[in-house]
Amino acid sequence: MSSEFLPHSVNPDPHDMPPVEDKKRRDFLILATTAVGGVGAASFMWPFINSFNPAADTKAGATVDIDISQVHIGQAITVMWRGKPLFVRRRTPVEIKEAQAVDINSLRDPQSDQVRVKKPEWLVVVGVCTHLGCVPIGQKTTENRGKYGGYFCPCHGSTYDTSGRIRLGPAPTNLVVPPYTFLNDKTLRIGQDKA
Amino acid sequence: MQDDQQLQPSQIEAAQVKGWQGWIEHRIPFFSFAKEHLIHYATPKNLNYFWNMGSLAGITLVIMILSGIFLAAEYVPHTDHAFASVERIMREVNGGWIIRYLHMNGASMFFIVIYIHIFRGLYYGSYKAPRELLWLLGVVILLLMMATAFMGYVLPWGQMSFWGATVITNLFSAVPVFGESIVEFLWGGYSVDNPTLNRFFVLHYLIPFLIVGVVILHLVTLHTHGSNNPTGVDKKTPKDTIPFHPYYTLKDLFGLGVFALIWATIIFFMPNMFGEPDNYIPANPMVTPPHIVPEWYFLPFYAILRCVPEKGLGVILMFSAVLVLAMVPWLDRSPIRSSRFRPVFRYFSWLLVVTCIALGWSGAQTPDGLPLMISRVATMYYFAHFLIVMPLCTRYERRMKLPESIDAYYQSSHNKAKDM
Amino acid sequence: MTKLLWRYILIGGLISFTFSASANDAEKPPAVTWSFNKLWGTFDRASLQRGFQVYKQVCATCHSVKYMRYEKLSALGFSEAEIKAIASEHEVPGPINDNGEPTTRKATPADFLPSPFPNDQAARAANNGALPPDLTLMAKAREFGTNYIQALLTGYVNPPKDFHLVEGMHYNKYFPGHQIAMPAPLMDNQVEFADGTKATIHQMAHDVTTFLAWTAEPEMEARKQLGLKVIIYLIVFSAMLYVLKRRAWKDVK
Repeated sequence: MSSEFLPHSVNPDPHDMPPVEDKKRRDFLILATTAVGGVGAASFMWPFINSFNPAADTKAGATVDIDISQVHIGQAITVMWRGKPLFVRRRTPVEIKEAQAVDINSLRDPQSDQVRVKKPEWLVVVGVCTHLGCVPIGQKTTENRGKYGGYFCPCHGSTYDTSGRIRLGPAPTNLVVPPYTFLNDKTLRIGQDKA
Repeated sequence: MQDDQQLQPSQIEAAQVKGWQGWIEHRIPFFSFAKEHLIHYATPKNLNYFWNMGSLAGITLVIMILSGIFLAAEYVPHTDHAFASVERIMREVNGGWIIRYLHMNGASMFFIVIYIHIFRGLYYGSYKAPRELLWLLGVVILLLMMATAFMGYVLPWGQMSFWGATVITNLFSAVPVFGESIVEFLWGGYSVDNPTLNRFFVLHYLIPFLIVGVVILHLVTLHTHGSNNPTGVDKKTPKDTIPFHPYYTLKDLFGLGVFALIWATIIFFMPNMFGEPDNYIPANPMVTPPHIVPEWYFLPFYAILRCVPEKGLGVILMFSAVLVLAMVPWLDRSPIRSSRFRPVFRYFSWLLVVTCIALGWSGAQTPDGLPLMISRVATMYYFAHFLIVMPLCTRYERRMKLPESIDAYYQSSHNKAKDM
Repeated sequence: MTKLLWRYILIGGLISFTFSASANDAEKPPAVTWSFNKLWGTFDRASLQRGFQVYKQVCATCHSVKYMRYEKLSALGFSEAEIKAIASEHEVPGPINDNGEPTTRKATPADFLPSPFPNDQAARAANNGALPPDLTLMAKAREFGTNYIQALLTGYVNPPKDFHLVEGMHYNKYFPGHQIAMPAPLMDNQVEFADGTKATIHQMAHDVTTFLAWTAEPEMEARKQLGLKVIIYLIVFSAMLYVLKRRAWKDVK
């Protein structure tokens, strides 16, 4: 069809290549141009791909300051943080003692209470069950807190203790402790480790 | 495909390919297709840089779709949020301003390329037999592009977005009897509002993929007979052509480099040059801007629309301005294709360019006084060019002697220097 | 191209000069030198900070800059602590309290600069029915951009003798129609600049306009820097392709 139009002199014929010197120079230029072009193409794609990463305003919303001055002992509040519920519970002395008394080796996800709280009175955990993502109940004293007085996930029965550690049920790990810090006695900042 | 038809060299070559390429080739003739249509493809050897516009248009289409998709990931098509979502893209999304300015100015770059591409077709007679269908598909692509660009401009929901949409959709009320109903149907309401914005967003996203389909048809019809060339003389022997690769692949890539350079200069140093400041004011249905102006690439049509006081006639003239292009293969039937060998027609071709520029300029002015007069004269010439000049030239233009072949013309060194 | 054609183009060009698009007979604002308008221009940080101060102390009474977040003010040279302090000076709408009532809270760096009025109607009520426009994009929303803003702010003069000024309006040389609802906002020494610069009307206008140029295009410096790199890359790449193209085409006879 169209190949009948190709003059043989212009068809690339491997047997009459130009002298080796020329060939080397030509190949280098082709290689260099291809490399430069490749770099350009990759650089061109980067802004597009990077646009999918969290935007500046999303990252700015990544910390939330909570006023905890009105939370009494034994009370808990739920706050939205990064689109998920966050449990802040002011534990009673009984709850603290129970959390600290547990034998760590008996836990599915061994963690002492001390490493999970900055101030023993305040439990701060992300309220998302580590099994399949439901929101456990137990923030209110009237709700079912499960066998260990912590949280109970109604979806598949995962039971957490007063330190938010998994004790019964299918969840593999303890409730996540987010980065947080006490700005002062009244304010809790979630999303940042240090003030 | 007949069994007794002789196999092409590329097909024999293909059948012998081993390895994974052979595996694919046996199941879908991908490699032989690439060889036949991209590598060995016989192309006239005398194409000038006007012939770069096709590949540039195709690449621009791909980049517009790519940038459009990433913008769509962040844009909110609701009247309450559209303007703010665009500002969010500019300020908060990583690299958002790059993608937005790329897309916004890409529309202008697309129309620059396409107008040059169309001019090339008119000047060199690329619409003549056997390429009439190629030309018609091109007109379809142009119409789809215009619809896409119009709706895209509405999306940021600035003052020009809103009022441009209002003016242009209101044009359909010129249709007798059904006009009002048609307009309310388009609006999805009693004025340009949220339903209008939402459907414009959907259609703006959809139509480019229809354009891709028509472009594929456009390329198929092109490859049926091959490219035209500046002499307008058909290719006759292998001496007239060269393989597409590496000659035109390299030339197209170089053209792309220059094109990207222009596009980048605009994006990074004058990103709002083509735009209207009023579109940085959020849409306000209570306040009409003093001058409603469409984007520059619509100005010639806007001038034609406004050159007569009757709305209905203006609308008919405006649409006819595009539709008359479709008639060109039948209005100009001169057996000589290229203006290079048609000195009278060539003069009128350049006159058409001046006319279009005059129309573009007057489209941006208030339609009275001198601008109105110019738009009327220019509109008259615009239609006269197609409806009168073309048939008259067909009949009365003296026929120059054409060169024997592309190669014969190419060999005369006197002509190698001058490329028009 | 024929001689006749050149004649057409010449005439067309001359005509276009006499008919530059004018906006309601307002004078074209005089061209001002801006540090950021040059090809490699940057924002004058000191001017930006002064301009922000003028905005806060003068303009923010009526005008919002609602697409800008406090966090972005780091581009003006403020530290994180300074921005936190600036933000906490303002109140923004807070969450609905447990009684169902709206509350306010101190702004944080993540917040947008608040509007002086809760809604457009309140803005109009406080300004004789006129709506003070948001200023974030003003430098891009007017044909002559920053030149226009500076000219407007310094363009309050006495109206010509036979000019009919509607009650409540003010005469301005550069505002389209010459009648603007905003009274002259700037007075000499209206603010005290921390860096000791004398706060003349002209100085304040220049600084607040620079600030508004930034709010309209905070990405400008990054844009120009990246642009330089991209252009250099494309020149190099195109040159390499040109050489390859010429070498390939050499053997086409």
